[in-house]
Amino acid sequence: MLRRTAYTLLVLAVAGAATACGRAAPDAEVAASSRGPITVWLSNNAQEVAWGKKMIAAWNERHPDEHVTAQQIPAGKTSEEAISASIIAGSTACLVFNTSPASVPTFQKQNGLVPLSDFPDGDAYITARGGALTDQYRSPDGTFYQLPWKSNPVMILYNKKIFEQAGLDPEHPRLATYDQFLETARTLVHSGAAKAAIWPAPSSEFFQSWFDFYPAFAAESGGKQLVENGTPQFDSPAGRKAAAFWRTLYAEKLAPQETYPGDALNDGKAAMATVGPWAVAAYKDSVDIGVVPVPTSHGTPPQDTYSFSDEKSVAMFSACRNRATAWDLLKFATSGQQDEAFLDETGQMPLRENLLASYPDFFAKHPLYKPFALQAEHIVEVPNVPGSIDIWQAFRDAWTKSVVFGEESTGTALRKASDRIGKLLDEYGDPA
Amino acid sequence: MTHLTPTADGGRTSRKGAAARLGRIRSLTGMLFVSPYVLFVFAVFAVPLVYTVWISVHRFYFTAPGTHVDAPWVGLANYRDVFTDPVVGRAFVNIAVFLVINVPLTVILSLVLASALNAKIRFRSFFRAAYYLPYITASVALVAVWQFLFGTDGFVNHALGSLAPDPSWLVNSHLAMPMIAFFVTWKQLGFFVMLYLAALQNVSKELYEAAAVDGAGRIRQFFSVTVPGVRPATTLVVIYAIITGANLFSEPYLLTGGGGPDHASVSPVLLMYQKGIEQGHPDFAAALGVVLVCFVLVISLAARKLTERGN
Repeated sequence: MLRRTAYTLLVLAVAGAATACGRAAPDAEVAASSRGPITVWLSNNAQEVAWGKKMIAAWNERHPDEHVTAQQIPAGKTSEEAISASIIAGSTACLVFNTSPASVPTFQKQNGLVPLSDFPDGDAYITARGGALTDQYRSPDGTFYQLPWKSNPVMILYNKKIFEQAGLDPEHPRLATYDQFLETARTLVHSGAAKAAIWPAPSSEFFQSWFDFYPAFAAESGGKQLVENGTPQFDSPAGRKAAAFWRTLYAEKLAPQETYPGDALNDGKAAMATVGPWAVAAYKDSVDIGVVPVPTSHGTPPQDTYSFSDEKSVAMFSACRNRATAWDLLKFATSGQQDEAFLDETGQMPLRENLLASYPDFFAKHPLYKPFALQAEHIVEVPNVPGSIDIWQAFRDAWTKSVVFGEESTGTALRKASDRIGKLLDEYGDPA
Repeated sequence: MTHLTPTADGGRTSRKGAAARLGRIRSLTGMLFVSPYVLFVFAVFAVPLVYTVWISVHRFYFTAPGTHVDAPWVGLANYRDVFTDPVVGRAFVNIAVFLVINVPLTVILSLVLASALNAKIRFRSFFRAAYYLPYITASVALVAVWQFLFGTDGFVNHALGSLAPDPSWLVNSHLAMPMIAFFVTWKQLGFFVMLYLAALQNVSKELYEAAAVDGAGRIRQFFSVTVPGVRPATTLVVIYAIITGANLFSEPYLLTGGGGPDHASVSPVLLMYQKGIEQGHPDFAAALGVVLVCFVLVISLAARKLTERGN
């Protein structure tokens, strides 16, 4: 009896473990035409959640047989980590309205994404909605694995009150050239108006360069990506100027080397920040803000200044069993009407051409968003190449060592990073 | 009707048989009691360890369910990548720095404090609880306090004035790892004090009395009676401190912003997380994990030999 009980326990344990490990995947052909209830994930931005709930309510009212449930992306250090873990577990939502383009090659490699180009009207819909802006989002095999949804073009936000305290003109800040920016930064800090002129995260996570180097490089180079045609672009005069500019900020302690445990602009510790339009709504009750383009060495006119897009896409994940419903919802959520509602609720820019002409009422009512809409016409995306995260990590390691902590000259660090990234591109291009 | 056949040696054999049956029942009962733990160890330790070794010799990445992706055998290629990565080397140097500070400090402070708390002093219970409090408090909360203390604009730098280090404590490549070692020593001290307090209860009072009769003062008694008397506990403390120290993760992750500045406080486990989870290279992370297991085993065995020498 005891022996039988022991064996039964063992069999149950092994069976349980086997069931837990045996992950079932939906049949792609069946799922492609299948309709029914689905789940979608939204970012945890309060305004996006508010828009998402209204959008889903509108969908559910019209489609009672294809009920959609919205949840926020599970907590994690980054959304990408949570999504990657859920791909492996087979528990991803059908659609994620916060997919970083830098992670798309990784998700693709994990077989976690549904190619949107496989839907009969997939390519046509995506290109019709985003126009020429969508080209940067095609994967190297020519397929769309993401629908480029909205951008948060990075600009310089500044606290008008702090500028005033430092004796600077808050309506016409001198921030167009590197020299002007540095002079303004010195005045802000030396006057005691702010602890830091600007306080981007100095830490070494791969994505942090999107908010210091990359906007500056995009502006200085006139819209170059980090990697183009399989070659790193930043070991160039534009890259070296952008790095030297940031090095001066750190060396003169105008930008701190420590991570701020919160929001430095919101807390009045920093006078400026590199952020997108999402911040306008976030700061509206706490900071009187102004917006200017990212500086360049010679002061590029605002209408010609490029910046990093900080774009987020919508992607469909392979755990989805009712993909026909998911595709219809994706089109519904990115329709002209919903894009207007999204812009109105969040202030973030739907990835469409001619935003100012498309939504004149909104920009007349909210003039602070106009510079972002103009900037959205001149955006640079992260390169859509295999090994994207490794490439950014290699760059970030060189950046923290040289620019943030000054342990190596910026020129040497950029050259070494360029060589390293060149090798990574070769390895990923030829995995054998 | 059942016929009972008497045995040749009377009741002796049947008694033997009954004893054997009882032994088997006891053995099976024992197996039944230990089986949940055996299954637990099998599921959460043995299987993952074997799987880790397997991953470390293949080109491997995690994929969606039901996906067939080749995981070719690559031999020791992942280990070669681990040993040639300068950040890995830095992580092991960092851990060595950490252990050199943390382990002796832990042993000395916890033994001295345990001896003090074992004596009849006022507010003894209060002090025991006070030393234990950091151990049971979440690292996240304590890290916030340390950032407040040791930040550039923190309390300590204000107190030091012009003597404050530049760059500040937590972003200084020479001070970041020692700061983590001090933080962990302070946080875990309560636990090790408890271990020593338990061990001190087994040191006979007669030994102290005999030493006193021989003219030994308090310090001589400490070195000649207390230290040898708690040697088994010291072995435990040293090995436990080495194992927990080598598996350092939360502190560099939280206190120095992910192993900064410029990898000056990165640890092997943090690197495994960054490579395996953040950057999608579980094969590299697995090879690093195997190297770390070997490193911890060697250091722990050496420490055991050292602390048990002369027993």
